[in-house]
Amino acid sequence: MRQLFVFIRKEFLHVFRDRKSLLMLFGLPITQIVLFGFALSNEIKDSKIVIADYSRDEVTRKITEKIEASRYFDVEENLQSAQQLEAAFKKGKIKMAVIFPENFAEDLLHSKKATVQVIADASDPNVATATTTYITQIINDYNMTSGNASMQPLQIIPEVRMLYNPELKGGPNFVPGVMALVLMLVCTMMTSVAIVKEKELGTMEVLLVSPFKPLDIIISKLTPYLIISVMNLFIILILSVTILDLEIKGNIFLLVFESILFILTSLSIGLFLSINAETQQAAMMGSMMGMMLPTLLLTGFMFPVENMPLPMQWLANLVPSRWYFIIIKKVMLKGLGFSSVWKESLILISMTIFLFTISLRKFKIRLE
Amino acid sequence: MMISVSHITKTYNKGTIHAINDISFEVEKGEIFGLIGPDGAGKTSLFRILTTLLLADSGEAKVNDWDVVKDYKKIRNGVGYMPGRFSLYQDLSVEENLNFFATIFDTTIEENYHLIKDIYEQIEPFKDRRAGKLSGGMKQKLALCCALIHKPVVLFLDEPTTGVDSVSRKEFWDMLMKLKAQEITILVSTPYMDEAVLCDRLALMQEGKILTIDTPEKIRASYPLQLFAVKTNHTYKVLNELRNYKDTESCFAFGDSIHVTFKTPTDEKTISKYLSDKGDTDLTVEKIEPTIEDSFIQMLKN
Repeated sequence: MRQLFVFIRKEFLHVFRDRKSLLMLFGLPITQIVLFGFALSNEIKDSKIVIADYSRDEVTRKITEKIEASRYFDVEENLQSAQQLEAAFKKGKIKMAVIFPENFAEDLLHSKKATVQVIADASDPNVATATTTYITQIINDYNMTSGNASMQPLQIIPEVRMLYNPELKGGPNFVPGVMALVLMLVCTMMTSVAIVKEKELGTMEVLLVSPFKPLDIIISKLTPYLIISVMNLFIILILSVTILDLEIKGNIFLLVFESILFILTSLSIGLFLSINAETQQAAMMGSMMGMMLPTLLLTGFMFPVENMPLPMQWLANLVPSRWYFIIIKKVMLKGLGFSSVWKESLILISMTIFLFTISLRKFKIRLE
Repeated sequence: MMISVSHITKTYNKGTIHAINDISFEVEKGEIFGLIGPDGAGKTSLFRILTTLLLADSGEAKVNDWDVVKDYKKIRNGVGYMPGRFSLYQDLSVEENLNFFATIFDTTIEENYHLIKDIYEQIEPFKDRRAGKLSGGMKQKLALCCALIHKPVVLFLDEPTTGVDSVSRKEFWDMLMKLKAQEITILVSTPYMDEAVLCDRLALMQEGKILTIDTPEKIRASYPLQLFAVKTNHTYKVLNELRNYKDTESCFAFGDSIHVTFKTPTDEKTISKYLSDKGDTDLTVEKIEPTIEDSFIQMLKN
């Protein structure tokens, strides 16, 4: 026991004395979460729009106020001619124009029906869809609250509800994916180097001619990264909750438990690579190429796995992060319990045991 | 016998390269046994087979009566090994390294401090320095401490003083002499002849074979011819002229002089005359006793 403890302490010293790996261990998760959560989000914020109000009555003013109050839009309120609007669209100055025709309120009062024209720049279809949806919502909202709804029995109110992400926030979509990606990368890359490093530096030669057993070596190599990864997990969760306004709906303990399980799976992958690689570089490349791409492509957070051709779907089943991604979405975003993720958990457990056993058996007790 | 090797053969690349070719020898308890030979002679392979890091293709080897294949765990517990390449943790300090190796062998620095005291005192002022930042000599002293800390029965030292300054080399060997007095058996390889003569017995290896095994004195005494040393300021020119001499058996530069032997008995005057005829006057020729290096060069030639 004392041997193991000293060995683990030694591994910690290696990690903390190598500034580069330390930077990677803690810098990578933070950068990724901030990058994916903010910069790369497809969420609409402060979209520039123009409201052209030709009616200037009480109703249009109220609707305009509502639009202005929303944080999705940055409203310019100059009354503009059709030509000016067109020029602004072409230059990309505005994303959308909301045009109230003359006599808007009167029309609404007399014919119980008024038309508001919404023109969106659809060169970016996602943004266009999102912004028009917001505007429709705001107008519908006005209908409901102002009491005008009763005066317009025939009006069809489109009820669009975005399940689990009503505001189409970027965060909830990305956080589980980023968690899967970051934990996978950090764990796999760091461990993949751990054992092969001793081989390359020649210290393995001395270590082998000692009473130390392969299992002890493996355990002491993995422990520091397990602890660091759990710290990373908490950093990611705290950042998600505080900066990305993410609400963790499920049981936090279940979430942490599943994450540790996934960390263990990733550590075993790194271990497997480390035992098979000859040089640190090969191990690094193996974990970068072999893990990064499949994780990005086949996890499901960038491209839905369900839409892929069958062979790709089978391949995706072999990627541990795919299962973790499912688990984390269910637990974190939908608030489901263990009963709905036990299958995925079982898959991760099996993968871990399988990889760990193979690695232990393949651990070379001699130099060739 | 502390180490016994019988008919060990080791090949690489599917049998195409013979690293060790049918080697047998024995080392007694408390002996310092030296392995001498050029690079690629098979010394490191032999060390690795005896420390259970490599499996031999055929043959048997025992260390302290433990078989290198069957009892590999016992050997790993009981021997000390210093590989040719510096193999400690460069990012750990001197003290951390020593502590680490003491602990994994389930002992403490205090318990066996008497064994390493003399060397460790020399590196103790730097105990907080990272091992990677030590000088070559101090690195080797630290590595020796780490290999000794669990009081091994046999010490395997693969070129422990290569690349180390001469003062440190001497200190290192003083240390080995003290360990010998404590009945620790030492198998050591070295490229330095001044170290070779300090061994109790030597094995000269070449291309995976042992050419001879004997005490340094006997190896030196076995030199078959009279050796002459020629000293001159024009070493290169004289060397060529001696090589062209009809009776020359061997001739090579040795330090600041030229060592030369002849096929038939001759004397200093004959050689001086031959050389002065060639225009080399400013030189001395004298009969000398062969050094161990002369003996080895002679043996390697045959």
